[in-house]
Amino acid sequence: MNALLIALVLLATPVHAADLHSGYADESKAIQAMQDDDDANPAQLWVLQGEQAWDDAPAPGVKSCMECHGKIASMKGVAARYPVWDAARNRAITLPDRVNLCRTEKQGLPALGRERETMLGLTAAIGKQSLGLPISVATSGPLAEIGAQGQAVFFQRQGQLDLSCADCHNDLAGRSLGGATIPQGHPNGYPLYRLEWQQLGSLQRRIRNCLTGMRADTYRDDSPEMQALEVYLAQRANGLKIETPAVRP
Amino acid sequence: MVRVLLNAPKQVRLGQVFDIKLLISHPMEPGQRRDAMGQKIPRDIINTLRCTFNDRLVMQADLFPAIAANPYFAFTAQVAESGILAVEFTDDHGVTQREQMRIEVL
Repeated sequence: MNALLIALVLLATPVHAADLHSGYADESKAIQAMQDDDDANPAQLWVLQGEQAWDDAPAPGVKSCMECHGKIASMKGVAARYPVWDAARNRAITLPDRVNLCRTEKQGLPALGRERETMLGLTAAIGKQSLGLPISVATSGPLAEIGAQGQAVFFQRQGQLDLSCADCHNDLAGRSLGGATIPQGHPNGYPLYRLEWQQLGSLQRRIRNCLTGMRADTYRDDSPEMQALEVYLAQRANGLKIETPAVRP
Repeated sequence: MVRVLLNAPKQVRLGQVFDIKLLISHPMEPGQRRDAMGQKIPRDIINTLRCTFNDRLVMQADLFPAIAANPYFAFTAQVAESGILAVEFTDDHGVTQREQMRIEVL
């Protein structure tokens, strides 16, 4: 049993633990400058909208986020520790899940899709409060099991090209795919502004993007595979600084 | 109404050259692309941008397709008195939007 545990712990260690770095380091100076300057980072347009959505009542007679939580600055550190384990619901919840739980249970509003402007704005504004803080997602307790499931998804070869996430983002990170440098694939800047999308997008969208490129079936946002993958990616990036909202090519 | 971020110093020294930065949330649809049904997506870009200070022209630009969505403009200016810095832009729907801020000369 002990030997099995040790083997599991070894498996859970990122292949490149010594060289953990953000996709930021792989970008051109121009894109880094765009991300670093709040006046030039186009994701700021969403952040401002999100800060407004935080303060304003979403519908007449409905409490705003601010009425319960106070100013959005109180969200400092929150994005760094999500996804978290929710014992009451017996599942892992991500930051967009958390926003939706507040909406459906506290505000009596319908849940929002991941790519809705309000959701992107709110998660970007909440994420930005943790700018520069290291990701610190639990790797023990129930999240260990979910992370292990996510790791299995990460290493699973799939699609017509028979690729796994690990093939590119562990083994070939730093090498080129077309004109782009393959990043290690960390979730520390989401939601982020992708120049190719010409808008802000969620981590789920980025993952679907990769899966489509692998000519594999995509996971639904609420599927167990997607949830587990999000937990694993966060655990794998533990220690990296939050960059939300990042800019990528 | 689209979201606009206009950034310039609120206070400048007399004679100081300062940066004006402008970020506009706009699709900048170039008019060449087709949708899933093969229909042309009509052009929708910001075609004119004007920046004024106390209603005097600072900068004017005619814009053309092939500018990415959410365009970013940065230019410099120098002012001799306190006043209102305003930017106005018009898109292909003929809608003009204005954004302004006050700059104090110390």
